[in-house]
Formats: sequence, C-alpha cells, structure tokens
Amino acid sequence: MRKYLLKRIFYLFLTLFIVATVTFFLMKLMPGTPLQNEAKLTASEKASILAQYGLDKPVWLQYLIYIGGIFKGSLGLSFQFSDQAVSYLIGSRMGPSMQLGGQAMVIGVVFGIILGAVGAIRKDTWADRLATILSILGIAVPSFVLAILLQYYLGLKMGWFPVAGWEGFAYTILPTLALAASPLAETARFIRTDMVDVLSSDYIELAKAKGLSKFGIVYHHALRNSLIPMVTLIGPLAAALMTGSMVVENIFSVPGIGEQFVKSILVNDYPTIMGVTIFYSALLCLLLLLTDIVYGIIDPRIRLSGNGD
Amino acid sequence: MENPENVIEVRNLQIDFHTYAGEVKAIRDVSFDLRKGETLAIVGESGSGKSVTTRSLMGLLAPNAVIKGGSIMFHGDDIIKKSEKEMQHIRGKDIAMIFQDPMTSLDPTMRIGMQIAEPLMKHKGLKKKEAISQALEMLKLVGITDPEARLNDYPYQFSGGMRQRIVIAIALVCYPEVLIADEPTTALDVTIQAQILDLMKDLQNRIDTSIIFITHDLGVVAGMADRVAVMYAGKIVEYGTVDEIFFNPQHPYTWGLLNSMPTLNTAGGSLRAIPGTPPDLLDPPVGDAFAARSDYAMKIDTEKEPPFFKVSDTHYAATWLLHPDAPKVTPPAEIVRRQKKFAEMQRPEPPIKNTTKE
Repeated sequence: MRKYLLKRIFYLFLTLFIVATVTFFLMKLMPGTPLQNEAKLTASEKASILAQYGLDKPVWLQYLIYIGGIFKGSLGLSFQFSDQAVSYLIGSRMGPSMQLGGQAMVIGVVFGIILGAVGAIRKDTWADRLATILSILGIAVPSFVLAILLQYYLGLKMGWFPVAGWEGFAYTILPTLALAASPLAETARFIRTDMVDVLSSDYIELAKAKGLSKFGIVYHHALRNSLIPMVTLIGPLAAALMTGSMVVENIFSVPGIGEQFVKSILVNDYPTIMGVTIFYSALLCLLLLLTDIVYGIIDPRIRLSGNGD
Repeated sequence: MENPENVIEVRNLQIDFHTYAGEVKAIRDVSFDLRKGETLAIVGESGSGKSVTTRSLMGLLAPNAVIKGGSIMFHGDDIIKKSEKEMQHIRGKDIAMIFQDPMTSLDPTMRIGMQIAEPLMKHKGLKKKEAISQALEMLKLVGITDPEARLNDYPYQFSGGMRQRIVIAIALVCYPEVLIADEPTTALDVTIQAQILDLMKDLQNRIDTSIIFITHDLGVVAGMADRVAVMYAGKIVEYGTVDEIFFNPQHPYTWGLLNSMPTLNTAGGSLRAIPGTPPDLLDPPVGDAFAARSDYAMKIDTEKEPPFFKVSDTHYAATWLLHPDAPKVTPPAEIVRRQKKFAEMQRPEPPIKNTTKE
C-alpha cells in the first residue's frame, strides 16, 4: 500500500510538471501582451516594463526561471493586482469556489443517485422516462445557458433569489443549481445503467428469495453495488465542476478562482494563468488518487493490502 | 390439502410467457405433491419447465410470466393468490431456495455473516448481534472451518464449493419447511458435488425439511431423491419412486433419458442421445409432445393427449403405450436390462447406488 502510494504521488508530480510545461508554451502562443494601454506607451517604457517582469528574456529562459520558481515553492507574482503573490490570490479566492463546487457536487450526486435509482427500479415506466429526459437535458444544456435561464426567470422575473453577487447563502443558490445540473445528469445516467445490471444479477435474485422487501433489496444490496463503480465518476465530475465554475462564476459575479482565471486570460496575466492551471491540475490529480484509495476501501475485492488477496 | 402428509399440492398449473413472438406455453397443466420430509426430484431437459415450476412456488416468476390457471396449496392457502407482501413473509422463511451458480449468487460487497443473518433479522425479528451468532451456528453446521473468523469474510475469499455451503446456510437458516434446490451442483466440479449433496442430505435429516431438487443429472437424482417427476415440454410425463423411475420406466421419454445416461455397463464407443429437439412451446403439438422424437409413437400420439395411466400406487406415466389396447413394444436394451433387474428386486430398498452414481 505504501509503495503504491509513493508511486502514485511520484506520477502526480510528473503529471503536474508536464501540465505546467505544456501550458507555459501554449500561453506564450496567445496573442497580446500583459501591457495595459499599450498604445500610449513609448518603446523604451515598454522595454523597461517587460524587463522588470523578465519578459524580455528568450522564452526558454523564462520557462526555466518559472520552473525554478515552482521548485522553490513560488508561483510568482500577479501582473494585474499590483504584484500580489499568485498563491495568495488563489488562496483568497478559493472559498467561494470550493463552497459552490461542494454544494453542487453534493446536490448533483445525491439527486443524481435518487433519479438514477428510480429510473432503474421503475424501468420502462413514465418515471424512468422522465428521469432519462431530465438527465439528457442536464447533459445537453450547457451550464452557461442554464445559468442565464435561472438568472432571468428565478432571479429577475420571480425575484426569488439574488441575480448576482456574493453576500451570503442566498447568493449561492442559483450558481449552485447551474453547476449541479451536469453532475446530476451524469450521475443519474450512470446509476441507472449500473443498477439495471445489478438488479438482474443472481445475488439480487437470492436477496428476493430471502424474502427481503423491495426497499431492503435496493438499499442493502443494489445501491451499494451500484455505488462502487460510481466512485470512478468522482474525478470526471470534479473536472466538469471546475470548468463549469469558470463560466458560472463569471455570470453570477462570484469572486472565485474560475472568475479570476477567465479575467487573467483576458489580460495576459501569465503568472496567474500558470498558477491557477497548476492548482486545478493538482486538485484533479489528488481527487483521482483519492478515488482509487476510496475504491479500495468500499470494494473489498480490490483492497490494496499486502496480504496477497 | 387433500392429504395431510403433503406440504405442497400443485394442481393443474398453467404458466404462459408473454414474448414478442407470442404466448409461450411454458407450463401446461402440471400437478404434483410434495410430501413432508421427502426429496422430490424434477428432471428434464433445459426448457422443459423445471425452473419455472419451482419459481412459481416462490412467487419469483419473471415479470412477463402469467399464471393462467391452477393452484399451489401451501398451509391451506393458495400461493398464487397471495400478494407480493405476503409472499415476502413466506420466502426465505417457509420456502427457501438454493441457486445454480454459487460464484454469482452472493452479494460481493457484504460480509457473509451478515448475508446469512439477513433472513433471521427479517423473519424472526432478531437483533443484529443475535442473528450473527445464529449465523455462526449455521456456518458450523454447513462445515465451514474456523467459522468465527470467516463470518467477517467476503464472498471472494471463498472457493466455489465453500460459497455453495454458504448459500445453503442462507437458505436453511430459518429452518424452512420446503427447500428448492435449482441445479445446486451443476456449477461445481464432481468431487465437490458429492460433498454438497451429502451435506444437503445430512441437513435435511437434521432440520426436517422437504426438498424439491431440480436437475438434469440423473446420477444425482439416484443418490438424492425419494421420488422423481420427469418433465417434458411443460408437462410431467411420468412420476414415481426413484426405483420405479430408474428400473421400471414406462414413458418413451424416460427411456430416452435413462438410455442416454452413461453407466458402468456402457461399453466403450459413443454415448447415446435422444434425437431431435424439444417442441416449440409457442405452438405446442397436439397429443403426446414427445411423439415427434419417439421411436415408439403411435397414430393416437399425434391426435390425443395421453392421460396418466397407473403403473402402481406410486407410479404413473402419461403414455398411450400403457393403454390396454396398445401393442406390446420392446424398450431399448438398456431399459429391458433395468426392468429385468426391477423384477428381481423384491425388497423396497435396492442397492441402486452402485449402478448409477460414480
């Protein structure tokens, strides 16, 4: 188990290194410069500003300097926010993003499981069809469309929830719903397919033969067995939430990392782009690692013990 | 109940399956009794309706199955008329079942102690702790070594034979009156088969249960059963005590089955088989369903269904060959040999094991 973990952690760092490298060079291919009001600056002013940030050096040298900085534990300073450390920037904006992501994940997964299970248990009835339609909609409708619709109807027209901003729990509801749609739909689809399989398996037949009630069978046997493969969905779902958050946070003016990320791309804030990318990648890699560990815990057959089981 | 000795009385059971092709008449007028403490074997080819018949006793038919008629009397009540809720109180408590494949019939994510304890908690209202301690007793009874430690193991930690012992433990933990064993040894290798069969016989004596044993393995029948019912194309065609079926069979289908069974007397060469395939039950043939495959078919076999003719008080067969006006036919050589032996056997308990099993 320990050897396995060490190996996985090594790969995690390798992945991050490759992500950092690819992102760095892709970013350098973007048009534009970090300079604001570029037209008003003289050539010498431009040169001195670029020199101040080390942007006058050849790209490969900039790359080495950046990577060197990472190894020293520094993500560099942001261009746009008067030289704040990128790590501080991410830290201060993490709260809203994590809250939204967490809420959306919980709502998406919980209601997704319920929707999927109902679909499987009531297979080929109107309830199943309704669940299928809902999950197809959830996957097909992009989060920004849903976000705008929610904002317009529930926020503006009905006035039930605040339209945008970040001043308390009420402000989190609409962005959470917009974000939750995709994980909810993915989960529902996954659980339905999986549970239809599980419900036709021999051990469910045996559970019926024991005289268990329908609820008992689903709760004690079908659900647990359907949920195990579900753990593998955690990684992709988290990724969907992260990308979703960039758009949704912008629409609802949530001061989160996603909003920050989009802004920094627009103004060519290189250190922030790099920093957020690496942060997102690290988060995703960690979640995937966690997934594998959790999988081992809940499925006794693949427990990563050294007993040779 | 017509006879107080009977635990289950099935009368004129008819079951159809709705399919896209039409109504498949899977069970066509089946009647039988299960007596207290006996083992009744139901034998026949795949698709003859053995499993469907027994599943209807559990109320576990597929959703597209329809019971068209008949009754299944158990404790003076008709099981067919019971609601799903009522059936839940019978299943696992009064009537339990052992399935064919032990590799897939245990929940892979639940400790086996809990899996055995579940019926106790459901039917006897036991707390988890008491139920687990009874599950432990059951594990000892089915011969799992070091049962205390193994209570907390998962199915993947057991071999196929051990898993089938656990499945048996689950089935018997509430001491059911009726145990349905649906080909319980088919998925096991031969040495393990013998162990499981011995275990079942031993447990049957200890907890006094009646067994319905479904199989297509006649060797197993000879060692296990008290009585045998032979099924073909959704009907019972012959039934009797195990000796009567093995040594004095009357129906050409039973002849065919016994004739295709290799015995120690089978001299080298090829194994015999019954030619042809079972009829399509979407449109069952008129008369004797086996006529098309039978060397002994007569004209009436394709016109009129044979009733049961009495061979002895315990032995009946549905074939026109037993009609007083039917011509005398000579069964296959192997059957003649068996019948000769039957005539020699005056005692009710002949040493049949030596000739059939192994």
